[in-house]
Amino acid sequence: MSKTLFDKIWDQHVVDTIKEGPQVLYIDKHLIHEVTSPQAFNELKERSIPIFRPNQIVATADHNTPTINQHLPIKDKLSKNQLEQLSKNCFDNNITLYELGHKYNGIVHVMAPELGITQPGLTMVCGDSHTSTHGAFGAIAFGIGTSQVAQVFASQCLLLKKPKSLRVTVNGKLKKGVLPKDVILYIISKLGTNSGTGYFCEYAGNVFEDMSMEGRMTVCNMSIEMGARGGMIAPDETTFNYIKDRQFAPKGTDFDKKVAYWKTLPSDIDAVFDQEYIFDADDIGPMVTYGTNPGMGIKITETIPKENNSSFKKSLEYMNFEAGSSLIDQRINYVFIGSCTNSRIEDFRVAANFIKGKQKADNVTAWLVPGSKQVETQIIKEGLKEIFENAGFELRQPGCSACLAMNDDKIPKGEYCVSTSNRNFEGRQGQGSRTILASPLVAAATAVEGKIIDITKHLN
Amino acid sequence: MEKFTKIISKAIPLAIENVDTDQIIPARFLKATDKKGFGDNVFRDWRFDKNGNTNTAFSLNNSLYSGSILIAGDNFGCGSSREHAAWALVGYGFKVIVSSFFADIFKGNALNNGLLPLQVTPSFLAILMKTVQENPETKIEVDLENQTISLSDTNVYENFDIDPYKKTCMINGYDDIDYLLSKKEMIEAFEIQRK
Repeated sequence: MSKTLFDKIWDQHVVDTIKEGPQVLYIDKHLIHEVTSPQAFNELKERSIPIFRPNQIVATADHNTPTINQHLPIKDKLSKNQLEQLSKNCFDNNITLYELGHKYNGIVHVMAPELGITQPGLTMVCGDSHTSTHGAFGAIAFGIGTSQVAQVFASQCLLLKKPKSLRVTVNGKLKKGVLPKDVILYIISKLGTNSGTGYFCEYAGNVFEDMSMEGRMTVCNMSIEMGARGGMIAPDETTFNYIKDRQFAPKGTDFDKKVAYWKTLPSDIDAVFDQEYIFDADDIGPMVTYGTNPGMGIKITETIPKENNSSFKKSLEYMNFEAGSSLIDQRINYVFIGSCTNSRIEDFRVAANFIKGKQKADNVTAWLVPGSKQVETQIIKEGLKEIFENAGFELRQPGCSACLAMNDDKIPKGEYCVSTSNRNFEGRQGQGSRTILASPLVAAATAVEGKIIDITKHLN
Repeated sequence: MEKFTKIISKAIPLAIENVDTDQIIPARFLKATDKKGFGDNVFRDWRFDKNGNTNTAFSLNNSLYSGSILIAGDNFGCGSSREHAAWALVGYGFKVIVSSFFADIFKGNALNNGLLPLQVTPSFLAILMKTVQENPETKIEVDLENQTISLSDTNVYENFDIDPYKKTCMINGYDDIDYLLSKKEMIEAFEIQRK
């Protein structure tokens, strides 16, 4: 029987099936961080259960870390305690940890791919919903809760019902200035925030085939914002070239053997999906969000739609926007380029390319936060840091930062922030903050102009 | 995990769609390393303003409403995977969340903490919401064994679905770790066979 990419990997990882119930799914790689792991470690300790496969776990500190002066002791007592707990838990259980300051430290969904930990055909989990990012490599990767973190600690397995399959196909040629972020914001704006719930999504079509791994990660990252537990893209030469020679990638003939296996993974030509959507690349433009969920997005040239329901009205009221109005010329005082969605080297190249020779607007506070130490080093190496600094920008140190504002990087109440992150929920970037999601290009342009501009007019 | 069989309680209406886990428990409260105390901050930024003043318009602060059942709008629990959201709702005293749709990860987290995510049809949700809003004294009965939710002392009810395995876990207070540990030999055999 023909199988999808998802079916092939899933079926190879099923240990057992409970009659009329879930399946026992084997997990190859477990990524952990400081926020969603401590209670799981406690749980095992209380029940005297050892960690079953510590060498299949990799830890990093990212959610709750400062993005300046990382060499100094952390001021916030609770944050400090949480990071110390992670270090202790990893040390006590022989788990590899890339703690703050380590050359491999970074946002979990940035550092694992760049180290070659993420590979096609694997099952990967993390106590973070944006684990869907790793699906860009043709892996089954998804976010889990802390109880499930404890389950994987105890057994390297999870009890799960196989999700349904969904395919989103985008063919055609993307217009100038349209980035992977715009593609996924467009898809979510068309499908809504819960259309993917209960599904695993595969992205297909030449638009994704032509994308870099960075771009594919941006797309898969936001699968959860349409409700899908994970997103995937078939592994191909782009994938293999990206993985080759990375720290934890297989080497030599092992690599060749793996590639031969990875080539068997793409969905069979006649594989049937439970749900299919098809879009035309030509219809996609640079996107912005205007509301308080990622599905509330429009092309930058469009106006906010008019809808007559109370949740929609509540959302616009929070954002202080009017239905029917445009976001162009909206004054913006905060810009954030970072997060597991858009903090990879390519994102900073896009931003630097636009910023080069220009100046940051005086009214704008801009935070440029690389996704990892390695990205930070690369930014310096390529001379991008100099471009940013000459334009009046400051490059910060890696971490999740203002995406969820657990640390001090908070947007003040009532202020708008054009952000390359993934969620525009109420207060997501600080109490009372108003988030407008966009690509790194739109964010960079906003920082230079001090307001949202029609980027499509500035590219030719 | 506490056992769950039958609950008869008043309910609190929350007529908002797409309630995300950042609203249920904002990120700044995720710095704890245990599961305690999250209930105090459930829906923090809807219950209180930035200066800590109570928002009396919010249903959880309305003294007319009480109970261990929350009646919520469509697509409840979307967003972050933080299980702190389930801990916060349980900590506040909720045992059942009723909605016409739940986000995947939240649903799993709730079940793993003895909190029942009870999915009803949109039309039944509308009836429940309206009834509770108009008469806060209304009691709602949730019978897990028979998989029914009803307005007490009426014949207005609906059946609901739940995974049979999860139902057994809820009724007996088991969790998945117990089950997975019982499969350890099988898991080890699987690892060897894959090499």
